[in-house]
Amino acid sequence: MQLKYETNNNTLIVELEGELDHHVAEDIRIELDDIIERKRIRNLIFDMGLLHFMDSSGIGVIMGRYKNISKLGGKVAVVEVPDKIDKIFTLAGLYRIVEKYQNKREAINRM
Amino acid sequence: MEYKNYMKLEFESKSQNEAFARVVVASFAAQLDPTIEEITDIKTAVSEAVTNAIIHGYENTTGIVKVTCYIINQELEVIIEDEGRGIEDIEKAKEPLYTSKPELERSGMGFTVMETFMDEVDVYSEAGLGTKIRMVKKFKSLIADE
Ligand SMILES: Nc1ncnc2c1ncn2[C@@H]1O[C@H](COP(=O)(O)OP(=O)(O)OP(=O)(O)O)[C@@H](O)[C@H]1O
Ligand SMILES: [Mg+2]
Repeated sequence: MQLKYETNNNTLIVELEGELDHHVAEDIRIELDDIIERKRIRNLIFDMGLLHFMDSSGIGVIMGRYKNISKLGGKVAVVEVPDKIDKIFTLAGLYRIVEKYQNKREAINRM
Repeated sequence: MEYKNYMKLEFESKSQNEAFARVVVASFAAQLDPTIEEITDIKTAVSEAVTNAIIHGYENTTGIVKVTCYIINQELEVIIEDEGRGIEDIEKAKEPLYTSKPELERSGMGFTVMETFMDEVDVYSEAGLGTKIRMVKKFKSLIADE
């Protein structure tokens, strides 16, 4: 799993690339929480465009970050969501708490 | 049981083996000429069941996970077994969003994902003895040809 990120003011944009399963979830969680704290991040955007595989472990990662971010008044969004992953997000009711946008530009403008 | 093909895989309950297991099952299923979507469905369901065996069955102790596949009447049957702690209340375990390990950031969606992505899911489990998940996938391309 490749984790690339950029920041835009206090928004963190994370590009998930490859496969997100239980095996990599723990490392990603630690890395994200570290960046969020160090860079005083308020809003978080997950760019899923290059994510080829995800199971329920990915829902855990996103919901866990949502819990922390929302406590501090921030928002979480997902962009470029592939159809197969959209199916899992919908099943889990993720869109009740996390916003979905076409791409990161739209997310940045509307968050 | 009358089957056209069979394979069995055994591995240690290590998270590195999750990707390995789902790729092996998907490769075995390739002989049924599945669509890309069907392959993704199988990979996701296998990943859920194998992850459950590792996290909940063995709770990160070392054990053996077994994956058996049969091709029967143009369908794929996948059986995933562990000899871990077992499930006390299967009905409750299958409820969407129920998890016994919220502290590990599990979302309680594994069984719901398996049931959505496969055509049949049966759970056999006994506390203290282990768990066996049997799943069946029917392939649309083949059903249309019959
Ligand atoms: N192989 C197993 N051995 C023992 N308990 C299990 C096993 N598989 C599932 N369970 C129990 O069933 C519950 C529900 O499983 P499910 O996969 O739906 O959710 P989860 O694993 O808790 O979360 P998620 O799959 O979303 O990460 C688990 O929390 C666990 O208590
Ligand atoms: Mg699970």
